[in-house]
Amino acid sequence: MSGSEPRLRVEGRACVLRGDDIDTDRIIPARFMRVVTFDGLGEHLFEDDRSQAKGDHPIDDERFAGAEILIVGRNFGCGSSREHAPQALMRRGFHAFVGASFAEIFFGNCVSLGLPCATLSEAALAEVMDSVELEPTQEIVLDVASRTLTHRGGTIPVEIPDGAHTQLVEGTWNATAVLLEAGEAIDATAARLPYVQGF
Amino acid sequence: MGKSLLDKVWDAHSVRELPSGPTQLFIGLHLIHEVTSPQAFASIRDMGAAVRFPARTFATVDHIIPTDSQARPLSDPLAEAILVELEKNCAEHDITFFDLPSRKQGIVHVVGPELGLTQPGMTIACGDSHTSTHGAFGSVAFGIGTSQVRDVLATQCLAMARPGVRRIEVNGKLGGGVYAKDVILDIIRRLGVKGGIGFAYEYAGSAIEAMSLEERMTVCNMSIEGGARAGYVNPDDTTFEYLRGREYAPSGEAWERAVTWWRGIASDSDAEYADRVEIPAESIAPTVTWGINPGQSAGVDEPLPRVDDLPIDERASADEALRFMGLHGGEPLLGTRIDVAFIGSCTNGRISDLREAARVARTGRVASHVRALVVPGSHEVARQAEAEGLPEVFREAGFQWREPGCSMCLAMNPDKLAGRELCASSSNRNFKGRQGSPTGRTLLMSPAMVAAAAVKGEVSDVREVL
Repeated sequence: MSGSEPRLRVEGRACVLRGDDIDTDRIIPARFMRVVTFDGLGEHLFEDDRSQAKGDHPIDDERFAGAEILIVGRNFGCGSSREHAPQALMRRGFHAFVGASFAEIFFGNCVSLGLPCATLSEAALAEVMDSVELEPTQEIVLDVASRTLTHRGGTIPVEIPDGAHTQLVEGTWNATAVLLEAGEAIDATAARLPYVQGF
Repeated sequence: MGKSLLDKVWDAHSVRELPSGPTQLFIGLHLIHEVTSPQAFASIRDMGAAVRFPARTFATVDHIIPTDSQARPLSDPLAEAILVELEKNCAEHDITFFDLPSRKQGIVHVVGPELGLTQPGMTIACGDSHTSTHGAFGSVAFGIGTSQVRDVLATQCLAMARPGVRRIEVNGKLGGGVYAKDVILDIIRRLGVKGGIGFAYEYAGSAIEAMSLEERMTVCNMSIEGGARAGYVNPDDTTFEYLRGREYAPSGEAWERAVTWWRGIASDSDAEYADRVEIPAESIAPTVTWGINPGQSAGVDEPLPRVDDLPIDERASADEALRFMGLHGGEPLLGTRIDVAFIGSCTNGRISDLREAARVARTGRVASHVRALVVPGSHEVARQAEAEGLPEVFREAGFQWREPGCSMCLAMNPDKLAGRELCASSSNRNFKGRQGSPTGRTLLMSPAMVAAAAVKGEVSDVREVL
């Protein structure tokens, strides 16, 4: 099984979530992880932030309803390795992330789910955020293949690291199938490691 | 040019370079727990795949386990269901499970090391970001998500890009009352919470070399809070002495061969690094966080930053943090009244942490307005503490002595803050809502500092207590 399809582009409305260092405990508070499946996590996305904002949170903002792309600040997804965070975002309808930077484990978890995370300069990001907030109904296109983002203001380049880019474009982001292809080379590596052999 | 430990371990475990760029890396030790594994098992079941090397995966239960009564069934039906799922998965796939009856249960990053499973030169993965803890032995250890837990179960491999190595040297002698926790909080404060992205941190220098293995674990544990997915200390005699005689450590003739291999895996003296940082040990004070990420910290008696004095790009975050915490720039944390004291977690729930906290607990009684919890990191830690009479010391001082688990570090069990309670905590994260109340507030500090805060009822300088 390959289990993954190429992710060439994501298009649709966007939602702007301002702020840096938004951690995975805020994306999905730990108490909602007492589950054995990822089903239903979308309901609790940003639950505590939203309840404290009393409706004044971008996720609850009517203007961003149905958004496919989440636009964030710096170091988004820092903290815990919980895949529950990108799972909750995906189950809420977000299929791509655009921001100044992403925490490493969060970025990798997104790639594993076929969700592109694209970065752009702070200046360009500020422009995109303003553009979407001014006109939330506009269609945004993240073209993964050509590494560009198109919004009302024009088409601008974004960064997606080569490895992730290849996995998304070629549809090899579900790593299990790719890793299994190594076959006996896995056993050969294990056999070379002294500790696997009991020294 | 010589090679770093990271490069040596990476090369030894490389199965192949993948067409998309990353390395297919063999994982020598896979640790699992109840929260991030069930979906991975479901996924390999759907694929019709088997666990490729079941003898290289070990399980324990820690995140959801209550710390009052651990009698089955657990009082929370959700927790019980997750535990049953792990039991079922381990039985079905022939995976060793350090469960409650084994008396080896505890926090996954405490159990692996104390059983001798964690060894130098290994690649180690676990569905938990604090897996970097195991780097204290000179292993390359990182946290992974559930899809990657599935990858390891099915293939014993991960697709990983090789990080650069930043060598962080802490040289000199730490002052009295300054602990490993202060060292890592200070490093994160200097380098920032995203400073380590793309790096593995190699901790070195005379202050690190002088640390016990448990202290090194505290340092490596919080690498991820600085953005570095992995952090390690080169293995040395301290490492080997810690491992000798432990259940899963090599013994007999294999021991000597192991030590030879372990010595060889350490970084060469002429290794090349992507970056180097030097920190004088004498400059590090008992450190406490004041904000909502672990980089927002200050020496205990140092005035907190005023928002206007900070670089422009840090102001919004600092302003949000100070408002959330109810703290004020220009004033020190010293003397701030606390409500709760928590001693435990994979950062600071080991026997040496409890000994230091107990030293302070002997100096007084928990203030009447403070709820104080001591949660040992594992049953083994609890047994050792009992042998040394520590539970009595804590109880007599008014602390609750509880059963092992992750507890109030992330509050996935009943141990939670209520409302806006302010908690002096030996854990690793001060994120909003982290300790179970959306408005609850966390001050990270060393276990001895937590004990001092509990006794004084306010943030205190442990140097004045000991």
